[in-house]
Formats: sequence, structure tokens, C-alpha cells
Amino acid sequence: MSEHVDTSRRRFLGGTAGAAAGISIAPGVFLNQVAQAKPADQPVSSDNRWGMLIDTNKCGDGCDACVRGCMEENGWGDIHNSEPHSSPEQKAQWIRIVELRDTSTGYAHQLPLMCQHCKHPPCVDVCPTGASMKRADGIVLVDKHICIGCRYCMMACPYKARSFIHEDLQDQLVVAPRGKGTVESCTLCVHRVDKDGADAVPACAEACAAEGHDAFVFGDLNDPNSEISRQLALHGGTQIRADLGLDLGVRYRGI
Amino acid sequence: MKKTIHFREVTNNGTGYWGLIGILGLIVAIGLGAAYYMEHHGHYVTGMNNQIVWGTPHVFAVFLIVAASGALNVASIGSVFGKAPYKPLAPLSGLLAIALLIGGLAILVLDLGRPDRLIVAMTYYNFKSIFAWNIILYNGFIAIVAVYLWMLMDPSKKQYSSTVGLFAFLWRLILTTGTGSIFGFIVARQAYDAAIMAPLFVVMSFSFGLAIYLLVLMAAMRWTDRPLGDALVRRLKNLLGVFVAGVLYFVLAYHLTNLYATEHHGYEHFLLLGGGIYTQLFWIGQILIGSLIPLAMLYHPSLGKSRAAIGWACVLIILGGLAQMYTIIIGGQAYPLVLFPGMEVSSSFYDGVVAEYSPALPEFLLGIGGFGIALIAVALAVKVLPFMPQKLDDASADPHHAGGAAEAAAGKAA
Repeated sequence: MSEHVDTSRRRFLGGTAGAAAGISIAPGVFLNQVAQAKPADQPVSSDNRWGMLIDTNKCGDGCDACVRGCMEENGWGDIHNSEPHSSPEQKAQWIRIVELRDTSTGYAHQLPLMCQHCKHPPCVDVCPTGASMKRADGIVLVDKHICIGCRYCMMACPYKARSFIHEDLQDQLVVAPRGKGTVESCTLCVHRVDKDGADAVPACAEACAAEGHDAFVFGDLNDPNSEISRQLALHGGTQIRADLGLDLGVRYRGI
Repeated sequence: MKKTIHFREVTNNGTGYWGLIGILGLIVAIGLGAAYYMEHHGHYVTGMNNQIVWGTPHVFAVFLIVAASGALNVASIGSVFGKAPYKPLAPLSGLLAIALLIGGLAILVLDLGRPDRLIVAMTYYNFKSIFAWNIILYNGFIAIVAVYLWMLMDPSKKQYSSTVGLFAFLWRLILTTGTGSIFGFIVARQAYDAAIMAPLFVVMSFSFGLAIYLLVLMAAMRWTDRPLGDALVRRLKNLLGVFVAGVLYFVLAYHLTNLYATEHHGYEHFLLLGGGIYTQLFWIGQILIGSLIPLAMLYHPSLGKSRAAIGWACVLIILGGLAQMYTIIIGGQAYPLVLFPGMEVSSSFYDGVVAEYSPALPEFLLGIGGFGIALIAVALAVKVLPFMPQKLDDASADPHHAGGAAEAAAGKAA
């Protein structure tokens, strides 16, 4: 009896898989989208430079949806209780809300701050092993396999964008591998960018939009027709500590 | 007539020698235990955090690395600048240089987040990183000084010692420039991003290295009942005084430049006036205890002749040097980054506030362990190889002095 195989189940599974494939491929719009994203077996290209424009005027007062969105997506922070032994000063923060107050005018506002994905990143310059690296498409990452945990990148980063992991981690997410004794920071949701290309929406931007603020625009700074390039051309943008000449991938409006 | 100086292994076999080895061994064991504890649990058991990423271990490590290159100076003065009285001091100088560097590097490596990946650090190089260059400079220093010691100690190779000595001298200048540039090349922090860091570290190395050398020399000669001449000690302590004053000069130039530029007033106010522990360590630790008091002791008409006072001056210079490293490394990180000039900033990530840091015991023990590694290496090496001269009384060490003494004696007789 154990040799009996239920072929009707196989036929059903085969049929549904075929139907799903047909539905996916048949409408041309699906094919177009697939064509825009980079196939997984091809390297990233310097034809793209991924960046983000953040309009701080749209930033909700006291809102930290982007921070929570990033935590959920990448598995860090208190919502995952990912570093239970570490003190608040030791816990990782990939993105944070910075409150600003102009001392001469009293004007106060807030903005989200994370890795600025510099074109000339000091963290990459100082890293002894090359673990700190910039992809051809401008995304600055840490290769956790060759990071020795020297923390020189944290000394060098002008934006305090990086965190060191002070303890063993449990239940990490597949999209964001992390590890005790290595350094990490915002990846610009590289796993989403690699999957969806110019249509990708990083988790912070997605959470902000869901909150109805729409302060983030993600896109290709090298493409003059992208939304981010058009907005920058129309209204301009500010780079934090532009005096350092690092040519940042993250731009702001309203600072 | 010049007397030949013979070098001999240390022959002490009593409780004194083995007691010293035992104490140093214990310090090393405790240091290694502390490192294991920190690596096993992760750095959450330390006082370090995402604001103060380099803590007390780095204070000790950078101090020892800087002192290592300075300890070689005594040999360089003999080989490169041809000063005869320094030549018999050269083997111990080279040995101490290697030992201090190994002690410092041990701390640095054991404090890495992933010390198990040392092989990665040795096989993956980013040549734009001054850190990567330093890995090559440090390893090269150990190799070159080892060859230099061979040339010095093998009578058949003696003729090469000045050439290799010159190479080692240039290498050590580049090495300390590299160490200072670790901080000099950091563009974004108020305390760093200054070319003067490189020469400042070079002069610091002269001072710290000679202070440790003089202490080790006086202790080693005394404990092995070998004579050490007053004129030689006077020469070394006067030179040490010049180096201490040199460090003060560079520190003055650094702060004066910062005080002139409004952009740096915030940091200068923090360090010189309102920085709490950092201000105290600067004025009391570095300037008073580490510079002014030892300078007064070294050049005092009567204290300057006392071996005990000279020894204490060296201890104060070393303590002051550690205080200086603490203010540079930890004070420099404690002062917040200026991201938005003219704005008050605050965040959950401690933007805009002076970072809190209190060293945890394991950090301190690891740092002391580095000193232990350096000193036990010296203590063991002088027992197996003839690094130390049998006698360094003034007549043997300095032919000019001997001549002068003979003339004086002749004058008296007449």
C-alpha cells in the first residue's frame, strides 16, 4: 500500500504551477518590471547610483515610523530585543531621528539620519581589510565575513552611522545578516534594491509613506528622469556636512 | 685607550629573578583571561559602546606601540649619529623596542571584535587604509629590528650595523608617523584631522620610549649587580628632559592652532575647561604630573643626580603619557561630532552630547597585560642572549669621559 502514489495530487500541483507561470508571464507589464531589475547573476553596475531624498518639512512631529520600519525589516532594535545584554549606549541603531534647534532663531525640526552612502566614504578609506566597501551602484556596505571588528570605520564616519555588535545575536533575519564583533549600518535595503531595481522602496520610505508623510524619495541619481533626480533638479537638496566633499547619496530638503 | 665592553646573559637564578618572572607571568595570565572574558561574552561587558568605540585597551596599546619605536632611539643615536656612549646600550634598546611593540599589538589584536580573524587582517589589504599600512609597518619593524640586533650582536656582522641601523631608524619614523596618522587622517572629528598628529606622536615616542628604556636599564643593571655610570645616566636623563619639553611644545602648537580657529573653540573649551575627567587628565595628568614635575626633577641640581628621583621622573612621564593617550583617544571620541553647525541637536543615539565612558576592569587588566607581555619578553630574552653589557661604568662606556677623568686625575696628582 505504501507504494501507491496519488497522481491526481501531482497533476493538480503541476496544473496550478503552470497557470501561475502563465498568469505571471502573460501580461506584458510583468515582463517590463522583471526587465528593469538586475538579474541575480549579473553584477551591479555604476550606471546606477542609488540615493534618497528626504524632505524634512514632511517629517511628522515626533514621528519615528521610518526607524520602526527599518527595525522590522532588518531585525535590529528593541522590537526584536536583538541585543538584550547591551546597554542603550551599546545597542545598534541603523537609523535615528535627530532633533534640531537653531540656536539663533529657535526654529526646531527633526530628520532621520542613517548611512549617507557617500561617493567617497571615509569608512571605506580607513578599513584595513576592505570589509567596508562601496558597491558600483553607490551602496555602502560591510562584508561581515572579513570585518575584523577594529571599529576604525566608526571612528572615521562623519555621520555616526555605524554600530558595533557587543554580544551574540539570536534569530537574525535572512535579509540582514549580523554578527557579534562586527560593524553594521544601513544597507539602503540592498536586498530590496537587488530584487526590484528602480522600483524598490526601502523599508524606511515604505513606513513613512504608510504613515501618510511621504518624506522619502528613493531612486537613481544617475537617471535624469528618475523622480529623485527631477525633484533635486527642481528644488535642490542639501548634503549634511557638504564641506567634507564626500558627495552623499542621501540628500535632504528643509534643513 | 678604549676599553672593550663585553655582553653577557643574565645569570641570576635566585628568587629575585624567578619572582619577577612569576609576577610578570601572572600579569600576562590575568590579561589573557580578561581578553578571553571580553571575547567570550562580547564587548557588552566593557565600558566601550557605539560612542566610545576605542577604549582603555587602545590607550595602553597605542602607548606601547608609540613607546616601542621610541625605545629604539637609544640604538639609533649610537648607530646612526655615531655617539659612542650609546653603542653599548643598543642591543637592549632593540630588544625593548620589539618587546613593547609585541605587547601593544597583543592588546590591539585581543580587543578586536573578531580576533579569530587575524589571518584575514594579514591577507586582505586595503592599501588606502593607514591601518593596513600599519600592519605592514609593525611586522616590518619587528623583522628589521631583529636583523639589526643580529648585526649588532654578531661580531662578524658588525660592519653592517650602521647601515641596518639607519634603515631601522627611518622605518621607525615612518611607523610612528603611521600611528599618529591613524588619528590625523580622521576627517570628521574635532580633536583629530590634524597633520600635527604625526610629528606629535613621533616626539611622544621619543619621550615615552626613553623613559621606559631608562627605567628598564637602571633596574636591569642594578638587579644583575652590573655597574652603570653616573655620566651615562646623566646623558640619558638630560636627553629625556629635552624630549618631554619637545612634547609640550607640540601640544602647545596643537592647542594654539585650535584656539585661533573659532570652529574648534567648542572642543578646546571641552578639553581645557569643562571636560570633567578629560580636563583633569590633561592638566593634572599630562601637563603637571607627566611633564612639569618630571622636568623639574630631571633638571633639579640635586634631585637630577639621584637615581631614585630619575626613576620616579620616568614613572611620572609614563603615567603622564598614558593620561595624554587617554585624553587624545577617549576625550577625542567623547566630544560629539558636529553635524549641524549652529544647531542644538539631540537623538536616541547620543548626538550632541558628551559621550559617557567608564572603563571596565577587564579593559584595564588587558592593558596591563600588554605591559606584562613586553616586560616578561625582555626578562626572558636577557637571560638567554647577551643583550646586556657586563658593565657600563663611565670609564668603559664613554672613552671621552674616561679621558676626561684621567686628565682630572692627572691634574689632581700634579
